[in-house]
Amino acid sequence: MKTKAKGRARARFEKVHMRLRVNGEDVEVAFAPHKTLLEVLREDLGLTGTKHGCELGECGTCAVLVDGKPILSCLALPLDLEGKEISTVEGMADGPRLHPLQEAFADLGAAQCGYCTPGFLLTAKALLDAKKKPTRDEIKDALAGNLCRCTGYVKIFEAVELAAKRMREAAPSKAKGASNGR
Amino acid sequence: MMRLPKFTYVRAKSVREAVRVMADAGPDASFVAGGTDLYPNMKRRQQTPKTVIGLSGVRELRRIAGKPETGLVIGAGATLTEVCEHSKVRKGHPALAKAVSLISTPILRNMGTIGGNVLLDTRCNYYDQNYEWRKGIHFCMKKDGDVCWVAPSSSRCWAVQSSDAVPVLCAIGARVALASQSGEREIAAVDLFRDDGIDYLTKRPDELLTEIRLPATNGWRATYWKLRRRGSFDFPVLSVAARLWFDGATVKDAKIILGAVGSSPLDAHESARLLIGKPLTEDTIRAAADAAYKPAKPLDNTDFAYAFRKEMAKQYVARALRDLA
Ligand SMILES: Cc1cc2nc3c(=O)[nH]c(=O)nc-3n(C[C@H](O)[C@H](O)[C@H](O)COP(=O)(O)OP(=O)(O)OC[C@H]3O[C@@H](n4cnc5c(N)ncnc54)[C@H](O)[C@@H]3O)c2cc1C
Ligand code: SF4
Ligand code: FES
Ligand code: FES
Repeated sequence: MKTKAKGRARARFEKVHMRLRVNGEDVEVAFAPHKTLLEVLREDLGLTGTKHGCELGECGTCAVLVDGKPILSCLALPLDLEGKEISTVEGMADGPRLHPLQEAFADLGAAQCGYCTPGFLLTAKALLDAKKKPTRDEIKDALAGNLCRCTGYVKIFEAVELAAKRMREAAPSKAKGASNGR
Repeated sequence: MMRLPKFTYVRAKSVREAVRVMADAGPDASFVAGGTDLYPNMKRRQQTPKTVIGLSGVRELRRIAGKPETGLVIGAGATLTEVCEHSKVRKGHPALAKAVSLISTPILRNMGTIGGNVLLDTRCNYYDQNYEWRKGIHFCMKKDGDVCWVAPSSSRCWAVQSSDAVPVLCAIGARVALASQSGEREIAAVDLFRDDGIDYLTKRPDELLTEIRLPATNGWRATYWKLRRRGSFDFPVLSVAARLWFDGATVKDAKIILGAVGSSPLDAHESARLLIGKPLTEDTIRAAADAAYKPAKPLDNTDFAYAFRKEMAKQYVARALRDLA
C-alpha cells in the first residue's frame, strides 16, 4: 500500500495519499484513512453519482463495482482497494452515448426520483456482463440488494430485460453463441 | 453522513502479521474482514476500536480446500459469495450453501466473509441503533449503560445470536481453528459460543479465526430453514438447522439446532432424542417438532412478536425434518 503521511510525520489520523483506479483512470487522492469509499468518491473525487442512503449496508444505493462485482461503498475502505478497478455510474456512458441500461431505464420509466438508480444500474451491469440473457428470476435475485421506494421494481426488471435484448442485438455474433445454449 | 469514528488501519498481509499486530495493539484493537458487521457497528458507536486490522489482503485465509468426503476446509476470509457458489460446498454441504445464500443480499455477500459471519455481534432492537437513539433511552447494559431494556430485572444481556451459518456449523459438528501469538488451537464450532449477549464468544479477543473445518459427508443429511420478514436483507429471527444420520429408514442419530432465539445457538436435545431409533414419518416429525417449543426462548428484542417466533419454532423444525424425510 502506498500510504505515506502528508508532509512531516504527524498525528496518526493524518491524511493518506494513494492512487485509486476509478472508471479506467488512475487518480491520486488524499483523504483521512478512516473514510469510506463512498465518502472519498463523493467528497474527495467529486463523483456524486454514487448516492448515500442508509450508510449501514441496508439499501444498496451506494453500490459500485470493484473488479466488476457490486459492493457497498458505504462499508468499504479505499485503503483496501489499491490496484482494483472501481466503476461508478459516471463511467457507464461511452462519451455522449449512454449505456444501454441507462437508455432502457429512461425509455421505460424505471427511474422515478432516481435516487436508487445508480446502484441498480451498476448491479444490473454486473449481471449483464456475466449473463447475456438472464431470466426474470435471475434479474430479481441479482437486484435483491437494491431498494427502490418509487417504482415497485417491475419497470426496473423490464428495463434490464430490454437492455439485455438491445445489447444482444447490437452484438449479434456473440448473442447467437449465448442463446444457443438456452 | 454517518461516519466511522477515527481509527488506525493496518492492512495485514499474513496470518502471522495479523496476530502480531493484534498482540501489539492490545484490547483496543479489532480484526475486520468484510466490515459488514463491524463498520455499521462502529458508525453507530457500538464498537469503537482504536486500531483496526484488515484481513482482506491475507490470501491464505481465503482458500477453500479438501474434499467433502474427507473433510472440506473453508478459510475464514472466504466471502459469503465464494462459499455459497463453490461447487464442493454446494454438492457436499447443501445446508451450509443454503444458509449462506440466505444471508442478507447478493451485494453484501460479495463483501461479508464466513469468518465474520461466525463471529457476528449479537443483536437487539435496543442496541442496533445509532448513538443518539441509544443515548435517548440512557443506553443499555451491552454498551454504555447498566440496565437491560428487554428484561429490566435481569442481570444479564439477552442479545440474540443472529448468524445464519452458525446453526448449520454447530449441527454438522464443524470445528474451527484459532490462531494467536501463543499458537493454534482447534475447537468444536459449538464451543465457540456462550449463552450471554455481551460475552457471547469463548474466543479470546487476540485470537484470529483462520479456518472452518467441515466433517466428512458420509452417512448423514442436513438442512436449514430461516424465518425473516423480507426475502432479502433481513437477519434470521428464528432458524433451524437439522442433521440426521440414517440406518436404512431408521434415524440413527439426530442433531437439531435452533438459531436466533437465544444468545447462543440452542440444542433442541429433546426433539432429537424423540427421533432416534424411529423412522421419519409425519407422526415422529410432529412429536419432535412439538418438543422444540419449550427450549426456544425468544424475547421481545427482534422483529416479529416473540410468541409467534416461539410458535414458529415448531413449524420450522417440522419443515426442516420433512426436507430430510
Ligand atoms: C443489512 C445487513 C443485513 C445482514 N443480514 C444478515 C443475515 O441475514 N444473516 C447473517 O448471518 N448476517 C447478516 N448480516 C451480518 C454480516 O453482514 C454477515 O454476518 C457477514 O458475514 C459478516 O462478515 P464480515 O466479514 O463482513 O464481518 P466483519 O464486520 O469484518 O467482522 C465481524 C466481527 O468478526 C470479527 N472478525 C472477522 N473476521 C475475523 C477473523 N478471521 N478472526 C477473528 N475475528 C474476526 C471482527 O472483529 C468483528 O467483530 C447483515 C449485515 C447487514 C449490514
Ligand atoms: S438484551 Fe438488554 S442489555 Fe442486551 S442489548 Fe438488548 S436491551 Fe441491551
Ligand atoms: S448507503 Fe450503502 S447500503 Fe445504504
Ligand atoms: S426511483 Fe425513487 S427510490 Fe427508486
